[in-house]
Amino acid sequence: MSVLEIKDLHVSVETDQGTKQILHGVNLTINEGEIHAIMGPNGSGKSTLAYTIAGHPKYTVDSGSILLDGEEVTTMTVDQRARAGLFLAMQYPVEIPGVTVTNFLRTAKTAIDGSAPPIRTWIKDVRESMKQLRMDKSFAERNVNEGFSGGEKKRNEILQLELLKPKFAVLDETDSGLDVDALKIVSEGVNRAKENTGLGLLLITHYTRILRYIKPDFVHVFVDGRIAEQGGPELADRLEDEGYDRFLTESNVG
Amino acid sequence: MSAASAQLNSSPTTTDAATEALPTAEQHGIKEHSDGRFGYVPVQTRSDRFKSVNVTDFAAVTGREAVWKLSPVKKFADLTAGVLDGSVYPIHASDVAGVSVDWVDRADPRIGSAGAPEERASANAWSSFEKALAITISGEEAKEVTVTRAGLGSGARGAHTIIEARPFSRAILILENTGEARLTENVEIILGEAANLTVVSLQEWGDTAVHLTNHFATIGRDARLKHVVVTLGGSIVRVNPSVQLAGIGSDTELFGLYFADADQHLEQQVFVNHIAPNTRSRVTYKGALQGKGARTVWIGDVLIGREAAGTDSYEQNRNLVLTEGTRADSIPNLEIETGDITGAGHASATGRFDDEQLFYLQSRGITEDEARRLVVRGFLSEIVQQIGSPLLEERLQAAVEAELTATKDN
Repeated sequence: MSVLEIKDLHVSVETDQGTKQILHGVNLTINEGEIHAIMGPNGSGKSTLAYTIAGHPKYTVDSGSILLDGEEVTTMTVDQRARAGLFLAMQYPVEIPGVTVTNFLRTAKTAIDGSAPPIRTWIKDVRESMKQLRMDKSFAERNVNEGFSGGEKKRNEILQLELLKPKFAVLDETDSGLDVDALKIVSEGVNRAKENTGLGLLLITHYTRILRYIKPDFVHVFVDGRIAEQGGPELADRLEDEGYDRFLTESNVG
Repeated sequence: MSAASAQLNSSPTTTDAATEALPTAEQHGIKEHSDGRFGYVPVQTRSDRFKSVNVTDFAAVTGREAVWKLSPVKKFADLTAGVLDGSVYPIHASDVAGVSVDWVDRADPRIGSAGAPEERASANAWSSFEKALAITISGEEAKEVTVTRAGLGSGARGAHTIIEARPFSRAILILENTGEARLTENVEIILGEAANLTVVSLQEWGDTAVHLTNHFATIGRDARLKHVVVTLGGSIVRVNPSVQLAGIGSDTELFGLYFADADQHLEQQVFVNHIAPNTRSRVTYKGALQGKGARTVWIGDVLIGREAAGTDSYEQNRNLVLTEGTRADSIPNLEIETGDITGAGHASATGRFDDEQLFYLQSRGITEDEARRLVVRGFLSEIVQQIGSPLLEERLQAAVEAELTATKDN
């Protein structure tokens, strides 16, 4: 049984105005098979948490730790974290010119598994996942994210989630910019991945909309770089009705 | 710091093109033009540059001339001003039916039929060569021939090559260059009616080699030239292809692939002259730069002449900067003298392999080295795939990978 533990995490970022503290002591434990939603207003540090877990070089961990099955993650390189079983579905996936989706997926799968996937089952798996995500076959030969629409980029992220089979995945505002049809397709993909591999999920979102399709076990309200309140799915319903105003007044974050 | 410059000298629009599209000398970057030795007002149209086969018609090279201003001219004064060895040199040519490879006299009528020097190193070579290497291609069946130069030595040389594709002939010609060299040369490429020729010029010179070459091509009616320049090795390598689309319906595709590592200067000045109606050209050059002092220059001139109605033309240059300390110059120029064209455009982009791309690939488990390899290979393979020779394509993919590894170890 895998577990991802975030302990008293303090993170800062270098800006033109100097060093800025963003996370002020985050504590969170996610067990395999659990879905945690992190909700919060813009600028509360949700994406910083996502990128810090993945190891983006822009963010500095000042103190605290992230443990994956007891192993310290913060000292690992970005690719080591991925090979250890972490995955980040990005809000704005970048274009990789000259690298086709097929080539990229195979290279990533080989890197994560430590050996090339058996060709026949692999091609079948890729086709099957693409079909379920309603991705046209032509995507396979296109360059990664190049000329993809917003919705296509998100589907491509979930395609990777399904194929790379991480232990824990962070979905950074995967729902933003999706129309309701695309949101359903993407959510189905996430639920399918969870059913097949039993991974743990950290779902970062501004809106409650995606929680109609992906049911969280726990909901955390993120304000001003820390968790302000936590509860079950009912907390999301309350946020839907009330918004974040209650928390913003308390913490004076504009 | 890395730097990239790009100038767009003319408007690709077709309205009022004759008046609007002519760039001024200033836009060309020409201030004091000394090509013509008289110090007269610089020429404006690309095809009107001073030409001569006689080296003494050119003033000494200063490095301020338009054709030289981005080149390290001091490092090869022997080739622009010195006495050149114009004797024949060892070559190896594969034996293929329909292809003859001979040394011919200066009196050969083909010499001078595709072009003439526009600068001093080119004229010096023209004045110096004793015999020209003539590669003559005939026969409609597809064939592939490789001509290799590997033993040019370290003395300053001048050379001349003629490549003639007879009417309706078809071939892929690979010119391989390895080993040491200090060489200035001219290569004339003559395509008869409806000939279909691919010329691949492959520069895999040794580390100290200096190579200045001008390829002058003239394309007959309905003929098609695919020209591929691949430059990986050498200290200073400058390959300037100049193609005259002289026959109605003639077609050219010019591709370039270069990989500059530390302290390498790789330059290409491309000129496509649409003379006849209904001609088509595509120019695509792609380069990667890695290591301190890696320098590349690409200048792409396209001229669509008064008679060239129905021209379809597009040129582009892309550079991928992999490390700090490199410089890529990219200068597309387009002159249009007729409004009646199908299309004309240009594009230039110099981009870094950036940290976000690296992060994305690494976040999927791919190591930094492999991520770099994946991106560069993907970037350059567009050109490699154009060659049409599977064996050579495979070898070049491997050579590009070796470049990545070699530079990293520096």
